Amino acid sequence: MFSYCADPDTLGTFRWFTCYLTNGVHWSFYLSFIKVLALLAVTAPVALGFGFAGAMAARSHVPPLSWLGKAYIAIVRGVPDIAFFLFFVIALDQGFEWIRHKVLCPEWTDPIRQGNDFLVCQAAKLPLGSSPEWMHETYGFFLAVITFSIVFGAFAANVLFGGMRAVPHAQLETAEAYGMSRRQIFWRVLVPQMWVYALPGLSNLWMVLIKATPLLFLLGIEDIVYWARELGGTKTSKFTQYPHGDWRMWYFLFLLIFYLGMTRVSEIGLEKLMRRLSHGQATSGGELLRKETTA
Amino acid sequence: MKNLILTTAALALTAGIAMADTVRMGTEGAYPPYNFINDAGEIDGFERELGDELCKRAELDCEWVKNDWDSIIPNLVSGNYDTIAAGMSITDERDEVIDFTQDYFPPTASAYVATSDAADVAAGVVAAQTATIQAGHVAESGATLVEFATPEETIAAVRNGEADAVLADRDYLVPLVEESGGELVFIGDPVPLGGGIGMGLRESDGELRGKFDAAITSMKADGTLNEMLKKWFGEETATYGTDGAVVTN
Repeated sequence: MFSYCADPDTLGTFRWFTCYLTNGVHWSFYLSFIKVLALLAVTAPVALGFGFAGAMAARSHVPPLSWLGKAYIAIVRGVPDIAFFLFFVIALDQGFEWIRHKVLCPEWTDPIRQGNDFLVCQAAKLPLGSSPEWMHETYGFFLAVITFSIVFGAFAANVLFGGMRAVPHAQLETAEAYGMSRRQIFWRVLVPQMWVYALPGLSNLWMVLIKATPLLFLLGIEDIVYWARELGGTKTSKFTQYPHGDWRMWYFLFLLIFYLGMTRVSEIGLEKLMRRLSHGQATSGGELLRKETTA
Repeated sequence: MKNLILTTAALALTAGIAMADTVRMGTEGAYPPYNFINDAGEIDGFERELGDELCKRAELDCEWVKNDWDSIIPNLVSGNYDTIAAGMSITDERDEVIDFTQDYFPPTASAYVATSDAADVAAGVVAAQTATIQAGHVAESGATLVEFATPEETIAAVRNGEADAVLADRDYLVPLVEESGGELVFIGDPVPLGGGIGMGLRESDGELRGKFDAAITSMKADGTLNEMLKKWFGEETATYGTDGAVVTN
């Protein structure tokens, strides 16, 4: 990075650190923070979508749909996250490849499972065996997003389901008395008002989601935990220009500060959002706001 | 921009036809000198250099992939990459699940390292990396085994007193002991373990295994493998004769 970095052994402490912290492997570390933030940015709305669909299905008047929604919520909430994370990533990957295999290579006669091996034809591989490494990583990331979304979607579905039921029934009856259809009542009266009831639960989920991002590491994605462990490990002068002892504690301390910062910023943001949603609502929060403005 | 995306997509699609021979090489990247991540963030080490040379000789297009040691075999058999070159010793247990090429590193000496000569490796607490031949050896030796996911953690366990000693490949331990300033010492004699290090492949991948086997044979015959061994493991390391037999110095 800097011109004086050619021979780090001769540098003073400050310059040594400027070189050390800007070498190639540290850029991979910094990049992994973006990976984590990207995961959060993509997963949160997708999981909310899963949750909304799940809640809608669960309160549906069509029994099979309602069972489906309720089963989704019950099963995912009841199974340990880690079991799901490890199961889905392997199952989704093999499931996708199996489908592609059936479609793309109908002439293939060998069994897909040979002993321990899972074999599909070259054209069915995801991503293709010849694609560059970044595509493999993106694909892994995509699997992680789906897995996180399925798991957190179930929790969100339960929260939204509760939020929908918490909207005062008198509101819905009034809407019906005005001649609104069921669909209109749902979209115009129920949905706009349920958020204030769902938000405490959803904000909780968001916090848990932030804290769950190190699970990416379990899914084989090189996230901040992977790099903190790798960079913090003892390095001997034979294999690096920057030998050091076991610095994992400092790297993990940095992660701790990062996560605390993330959750603090989220808390502030969610508080503001709650204030906005409470406006004009028949809740204690809404009442407090009304008093503030009239006083 | 749109054009750029389209071209990339088109390239990605046609690439499948143009370079059907891409072989993905899985490694751990945390076990110097066999394999590690260098300052530039790339995979480096003996196996990187060896693997690249083998691919050149076998006329294959190779790409390196990092994977945790814990799941390195499951990910091979489910097809996420095609070979394992991660300092993996050839053992009967592993051979039941995957196949190995001939060894490209002679049967390795493992060694115990502790903070003092007085450590009891026969009945004390000994650290080793999960699912390694060293862990198997400790479990059978009568000592209490504590397992860790990475080699780094096994050393840390000795340093902080959680374990009395660590058993690992001697070549991994040498630089650590040398630079510990006397804190870490070798104890006892080296323990010969395993049947040498080979490249792991899926059992159904006989053709690829044949290509790598032939490439290793040619590297043993013309002495290039010995040069690499000496470069990464020092002059005293065991090498191969031109007939492929192990020569201990």
